[in-house]
Parts: sequence; C-alpha cells; structure tokens
Amino acid sequence: MLTNIDPWILSFSGITVAVTLWMGFRAAKTSKSAADFFVAGRSVSVGWNAAAISGEYLSAASFMGIAGMVMSSGYDALWYPVCYACGYLFLLLFIAGPLRRFGAYTIPDFAEGRFDSPLFRRIAVCFVLFIGFFYTMPQMKGAGTALAYILPGLPYWVGVVVVGAVITLNVALGGMKGITLVQAVQYWIKMFAISVPIFVLLSVYGGYGKNLSRNQSAQESALVASATPLREPLPEKAPQDEAWLAPFGPLTTKAVKSAAAALPLEQRAAFLDDHQKSYSLLYTFSLIVALVCGTAGLPHILVRFYTNPDGMAAKKTTMWVMILIGVFYVFPPIFGVLGRNLLPELYAGVGAKGTDKIVLELPRLINQKYGLIGSILSGITCAGAFAAFMSTFSGLLVSMTGALAHDVYGRMLRPNSTPAQRMKMFKWCAILIGSISVILGCFVEPLEINFMVGQAFAIAAASYFPLLFMSVWWRGMTMQGAATGMLVGGLCALVAAAATNASNLALDKGPMGTLFTSFRPLNSFWASHPLLRILCEQPAIWTVPLAIILMVIVSKATRRSIPGDVRMKMLVLHAPEALGLKQEYIQEHQGPAH
Amino acid sequence: MSELPVSAIDSIHSEAFLHGLMKRQLKLSISCAVAFIGVLFGMPMANFLAPDFMAQRVGGFTLTWLVLGVLFFPYVWIIARVFITRSIALENAEVRRAMQETSNTPR
Repeated sequence: MLTNIDPWILSFSGITVAVTLWMGFRAAKTSKSAADFFVAGRSVSVGWNAAAISGEYLSAASFMGIAGMVMSSGYDALWYPVCYACGYLFLLLFIAGPLRRFGAYTIPDFAEGRFDSPLFRRIAVCFVLFIGFFYTMPQMKGAGTALAYILPGLPYWVGVVVVGAVITLNVALGGMKGITLVQAVQYWIKMFAISVPIFVLLSVYGGYGKNLSRNQSAQESALVASATPLREPLPEKAPQDEAWLAPFGPLTTKAVKSAAAALPLEQRAAFLDDHQKSYSLLYTFSLIVALVCGTAGLPHILVRFYTNPDGMAAKKTTMWVMILIGVFYVFPPIFGVLGRNLLPELYAGVGAKGTDKIVLELPRLINQKYGLIGSILSGITCAGAFAAFMSTFSGLLVSMTGALAHDVYGRMLRPNSTPAQRMKMFKWCAILIGSISVILGCFVEPLEINFMVGQAFAIAAASYFPLLFMSVWWRGMTMQGAATGMLVGGLCALVAAAATNASNLALDKGPMGTLFTSFRPLNSFWASHPLLRILCEQPAIWTVPLAIILMVIVSKATRRSIPGDVRMKMLVLHAPEALGLKQEYIQEHQGPAH
Repeated sequence: MSELPVSAIDSIHSEAFLHGLMKRQLKLSISCAVAFIGVLFGMPMANFLAPDFMAQRVGGFTLTWLVLGVLFFPYVWIIARVFITRSIALENAEVRRAMQETSNTPR
C-alpha cells in the first residue's frame, strides 16, 4: 500500500517522465533513415551532442552516489567525480578525432574495419554487450530504488519495469536521433536539479569552505580549542573528522585495516604504520587508472562520437563535454559535506536508507525555515535523479541495440539486408534488449550499485581502451594481438573484481550471504594478503598494462597478418578532412555491405 | 579528394607524409597528456610525501581538497582548450603543406 507520498516529489518526477515521453514521440517523427537511428544522421551539432553525451554519462551513480560516497568516505571519494570528468581528456587527446574520421556506426565496425576481420567484430560485439549489461543493471537498480523512495510502499520491481518500459519505447521509436534531443534536455534538468538546491542550502547554512572547516583534525582542534563545532555529534558509524578529511581514509584503507584486524592486538599498530599509507597510495593510483581509462573505453559513450559531422567536431564536442560534466561534478561533493554536518543520522542507515539518499533528503531541511520550499527543492532533485538513470539507460540501450541490429543482424546474419530492414530490426532489438535489462534489473536488488558500475569500468579500461588507443596509433597491431590483449585484459579485470565482490557478498547477513557462502574462505586469504586484495579490488593498474603488453608481443609475433592497406587506414584516421581522405565506413546509399 | 591535384594526392599517400603527420599529432597529444598525468598522479604523491602542507587551510578548505574538488576541473579545461587550438593549427598547416608541395612539384 502506498503511503506518505510527497506530492511535490511525485509531481516533479511525473513531469520528467512525461517530458521524456513527449520528446521521444516528437523526435520519432523526424527519424526516417537507418543513419538517423544508428548515428542520428551524423548531423548533430557540437552543442547538442555535448549536452547529450553529458546527459547520457551522468547516471544515478553520479547524481546520488557521489554525494553519498563523499559523505560516507570523505576526501578519497573526490577521485570519482574528478576522474569521471577528466577521463574525457584521454578521449580527446588520443581517440575522439580519429575514431570519428574512420566513419563507422559502432565500435565493432571499427574493430572489423581496422583489421579486416569479421571474427574480431564478433569478439567486439560480445564486449559491447558485456559492458552494456553490467552498466545497465545498476541503472535499473537506481530506477527501482528511486521509485520506491518517491512512492513509499511500491515494490522495487515495479519501478524497474515502469522505467525500463518507458525508455525502451523511446529508443524503439526514435533511435539515436530521438534520444539525442531527450538526453541533451535531461543534462540541463540534472544540472538545474543539482545546482539550485545547493545554492539555496549554501545561502541558508553557510558556504562550502565554511562547512568543510567544521571538520577539524586533532591538531587543528587543539589550536582552536575555543571554536564551536557547530555540528550535531556524529553517530558511532561515522568516520572521525581526521580520517574523513585527509587523504588515504576509509575508502582506500579497507584491505589493510581488515588485515590488521586479523593480527594480534600488539602487532596491529606496527603493521598499520608500515603498510597503511603505501597500500592506500597504490589503491588510489589503480583507482585513477580504472576510472580514467574506463571512461575512455565505454562503448555507449564512444558510439556517440560517430554522430558528429567530422573529426574536428568530435574533438570540440569532447572539450565541451568536459566543461559541462566538470561543472556538474563540483556540486555532488558539496551535498556530501553539508550532509555530514546537517544530517549525520544518515550514517546509521544502510543501503537506500543511508548516505546514498542525501541528495534527495537534504533539501527538505529548508522546510524548517521556509515552509514548502524544502519539499519543492527535494522534488527537483528527485526529478534530476529520475533524469539521471533514464538518460543513461537510453544511451546504453541504443549502444547495445546498435550492436545487435547493425553488427549481428546487418553484418553477420543478413549482410544483404536493406537499410529499411535494419531499421525495423533496430526496433525489435531495442525491445529485446530492454526486456532483458528489465529482467536482469529485477534480480539485482541486493547488489550494490558500485559493485556493478565498478565491473563495467574495469572491463572497459582493460579491453576497449587498449584496443582503441593501440589501433589508432600503432600501425604494427594485428587482429591476433588486438584480440588477445582485449580478451585477456578484459577477462582478468572481470575475474579479479568479481572475486573481491563475491567475497564481500559472502559476508552479507541476508540471502546473498547464503548464495555466496562458498566464497567465504577468500576473506581469510585477503586478510593475510592485503596487497593481493587491493590488486583484485582495483585491478586496472596491472590489467591495462597487461592488455597493452600482450597486444605488442602477439602483434610482433604475427606481423605477417598486418593489413596490407594499413597505411591508407592510418591516413583515414589521422589526415585532416580538408585533404579529402575521410570516408564513411558505412555508406547508406551504397547498400548494406561494405 | 577531387579538389586536390594528382601530385598532391601522391604526396599525401606517401610514407613520409603519414609518418610526419602522426608524429606531430602524437607529440601534441603526449605533451598535453603529460601536463594532465603529472598533476593527476602528482596529487596522491604530494598527499603521501607532504601531508602537512596539503592539509593547510585555504578559505576553510584543506589545500588538497581545494585543488582536487574545485581547481582541477578548470585546469583540465585549459589543457583541452590548448589542445584543440593547436590541433586546428596543426591540421591547417598540414593542408597548407600538402598544397605547397603540389605547387613546388615540377610540371
């Protein structure tokens, strides 16, 4: 039974869904050709495309998760927004322009075209789907959780089904061209929803720096003993100020602290002195590599660069994406800082009732001083959260549907199909992928959003990033080298991260603990090998170099299979458009086959 | 391609042109990447080696929080802007060079 529904929150969320649907229907009327569906007719301007990419990228994890993570873990959580935004610089410097010049529809197109290998296309398609489904599941979890918050008492699965159905309908009707407009608008909804409440909260409760200064190290507290703390006492579960404010805090020291806890009491301090900071440093470096390289290797983001008119537009788009996303990412940590001072009771909650809901809850405090304004602001942030998981799921759906309809159907199963047949297949594949995503989403309620997002980033960083970087810049790369590096790197990242998370789930006191009980002995192993745990929990620092080294070694060993026309391919990738070498890998007017 | 004379097309397809083009592009990309990676990986190192310095307060923020949470974004935008500007200049220079080689070719 639905109880305690806040009409403001319900209204704003409802309006977001209605606007999304209306825009999807409107855009559907203008999506006529296969190119419209797959790459928006390659006609999206820099401004629209930058807003659309930003709208697609800022998921529920960015909108709600970062604020919650800063509140719970402090300084170390800042690496997430910084690397999410700045990973785009790697895309700009090394990948965006050449990738667009190649003129494919999808990443598997690029994989096949660069190495003249239909087999490699199949491998690349598998990774699009792997990464896509891993990234889709947390969005579905976000949808189910948020709808359950907006409509208290609503079963989790209803939220998953409703949001999944709405987005699937939008994508099936309008394809890439349809969602470009929707996602661009959703970026501005999210920007408005995250910034306006912050400005109001800061004006009422003091500035960013002032709120941060209420957290003091022991040294500072001793120096200014008379200063008033201006904060409610923290619950027992909250990290102390010093650990929260300083680098190498709770987020990066988990492994070494677990290892210390397994030692006799008298040895713990010495162990922590010897290992805590150095292991945390390693963890931080590996986290940076995963997030930066993972951002540059996400297929649903990469596919968007094909919608630009040319390589230079792709580069300009990337720069504007960094600005739009960077401005956005300044705000969620402020929610975390304010939340620690104003709503410390959230530290006592777990899951959706814990720090993750700080973005939704915090604006309501304004009600104490200015009546309904708090509820209205909370409604706005809920609308932003809704836009977040809807836009990200749209992009993932287009990317995965493109892989199925274009790569599997149009290139492997029916290479002689017409553009009209592929367009029809796009719609059916959107429904198929959307349905699978909804089913998967219904099963992942007990899993943590970060668990699943982390898997997607780890796989992308160790698979697509090395593939694209090396294929664009090294002429000596062969299909065998590219495939070996991508497969070994990606699978190692997957297995390493999965092993850590399975051992964490084994400690769960609910049904997941029973399900993963066979992984419980791993925790004893981690306790005696904290370094190995860090390398498995954050595997990018070794899987990314491993993938690149394998690509080099195997390519050298199979140098006879370097494509004969590699010089022409490199010219297409690197030569300015004005020289007339740009070619569209897929020429719609020439029919289906390349 | 049709706008360029045949001699220019031959020049563009030469090994020397491709080698020079990729070398100049890669040099630009790597120099920008070094500016980015230097600060990105330098921050944890500074936190590790000079924790007291990074913990000093600036307007209520610790120095490390201010740099990472606020100032790092505009720093990356500046790198991106420099890259785009130089990349456009480089590509224009490549086109001019290709045309110039054509005009210098004896007929």
